[in-house]
Amino acid sequence: MGLLGHYNYWITVFLMTAGLYIVIARGNLVKKLIGLSIFQTSVYLLYVAPGKVIGGTAPIIAPEYAVYSNPLPHVLILTAIVVGVATLALGLAIAVRIRESYGSIEEDEILASDRDAEERA
Amino acid sequence: MTLAHLPALEVVVPLIAAPLTLVLRRASVAWILTMAACAFSFVAALLLAMEVARHGPISYAIGSWPPPWGIEYRVDALSAFMLVLVAGIATVVAPFAGRSVALELPAGQGYLFYTMYCLCVAGLLGMSITGDAFNLFVFMEIASLSSYVLIALGRDRRALLASFQYLILGTIGATFFVIGVGLLFLKTGTLNLADMAERLQGMRTDRSVLAALAFITVGMSLKAALFPLHLWLPNAYAYAPSAVTAFLAATATKVSVYVVLRFYFDVFGLVLLTEVLPMPGILRTLSILAIVTASLVALWQSDLKRLFAYSSVAQIGYITLGASLATVDGLTASIVHLFNHGITKGALFLLLGIVAYHAGGTPLSGVRGLARSMPLTSFGIVLAGLSLVGVPGTAGFVSKWYLVLASFEAGHWWLGGLVVATSLIALAYVWRFVEAAYLSAPSGAMPTARDAPLSLLVPAWVLVAACIWFGFDTSFTVEAARRAALQLLEVAR
Repeated sequence: MGLLGHYNYWITVFLMTAGLYIVIARGNLVKKLIGLSIFQTSVYLLYVAPGKVIGGTAPIIAPEYAVYSNPLPHVLILTAIVVGVATLALGLAIAVRIRESYGSIEEDEILASDRDAEERA
Repeated sequence: MTLAHLPALEVVVPLIAAPLTLVLRRASVAWILTMAACAFSFVAALLLAMEVARHGPISYAIGSWPPPWGIEYRVDALSAFMLVLVAGIATVVAPFAGRSVALELPAGQGYLFYTMYCLCVAGLLGMSITGDAFNLFVFMEIASLSSYVLIALGRDRRALLASFQYLILGTIGATFFVIGVGLLFLKTGTLNLADMAERLQGMRTDRSVLAALAFITVGMSLKAALFPLHLWLPNAYAYAPSAVTAFLAATATKVSVYVVLRFYFDVFGLVLLTEVLPMPGILRTLSILAIVTASLVALWQSDLKRLFAYSSVAQIGYITLGASLATVDGLTASIVHLFNHGITKGALFLLLGIVAYHAGGTPLSGVRGLARSMPLTSFGIVLAGLSLVGVPGTAGFVSKWYLVLASFEAGHWWLGGLVVATSLIALAYVWRFVEAAYLSAPSGAMPTARDAPLSLLVPAWVLVAACIWFGFDTSFTVEAARRAALQLLEVAR
């Protein structure tokens, strides 16, 4: 098997760190959300990939099959995808509102605008 | 018959109330429905707590699928305690919301507030009651997504940014949690917490279990705003509508701490935490840092809502400090403080909501001479503030007393000293309010405000009264907490 035998984990880890890096390193709110989505997607892979047993079938008991794959991870991830979509939608909606009231979606510009407002007050 | 289904109804009633409020589209009707749903959950929580105290834990199989396969709702001493806290606070804050939402939100959008409020209550109750790891994640996201919306409803535009930052950090926290759960699921093949604990026997030092522990710890610490992962909290609390701040400050972070306790003691077990890993030491260091730094930062805030938000970060430190001792007394102190700090902060933020409503905001400079125009509100803040400090005769004293006792018993006498010393910092920041409200002349700009209407004052004072009541009558809080602590440690062994 070796290091490459579990290549699905390597992909998971890459997506996870890449997503998290984008969230931290980018100041643009929409890019942050994209990073967040990539980060969440890596978890889908973490669950779904080990759910498949090579040579396994759907868990319907029949005399000719002995190896079954567990369908539960897929069902869980279906729920997680819904959660992810809802989070992304809400995040984008808030980004739109931020753009409407600040005129920008760059974090440093927004913070600077808040500082100016506080100094003027 | 119906009593047998109470564990499900506890969560389902507020969950169904949420879309109903959306359909009804009238803020007043939605408000009444919300109050009814919260009150139902509160009564159900009390009934469940009594039942648990009398006959032991209740296990409820959702859809009659028996436990390790189906989702199990499990009400034991600890979860019953959390249900009473969450539903209780929700029931007190809901009447307050009626007037404060009408004042703070644009007309015609009031009903949306109640939809989110019901969802948030259902999510937090679900997190407390479920015995299934993935179900817990889903409820956590229901509670989180609705609280992001609730925070974004704040009038100040900074509420939007606070909500966005909370969304990013909260989602990272929840995703870390679900990674941890995923690793445990891969290892054990089960999501039922009790079943998972059993199957983990013998493989507790396995590397993927350690990784799961790390992910769950970091994820839930983000959600619980444990120092140094508290950065989302001050802005979120400061700019959210006042009813939202009061509700979230009293419940949301507490439920996250509950999840940490549940996983640490029920799933991972004491052997892994104390013998394999130095978790108590790590948790203790973080707690002490939280208490000291957040208290000091609170001292320098110029806005009362921010001041008490930082104080919340410090109080979370007291809660985890008790848990880090991993003794019956330490855990009892921790669980009692969950409750006592919940009602204290709830009272404080409701009263600050009244101040904001009359003075247009909560800057310290704006509350000069407040005691003259709003005597009841000011006096309430002082009483709740004393409970925050831990003056004898208030709820805060009871939990800090147990915390000091537990530290002495565990041989850390200096921890007891630290708790007392940091309480003095709390006294200092509460004193800043007293000085402004009672000892300063009213500033010229202050409108000749009278005290707030009863619809706002009564809910706030109910919580203030609770702060005093639980300072004298500790039979409910301490006994229930001790039962919960004993049960956690018994399972952990």
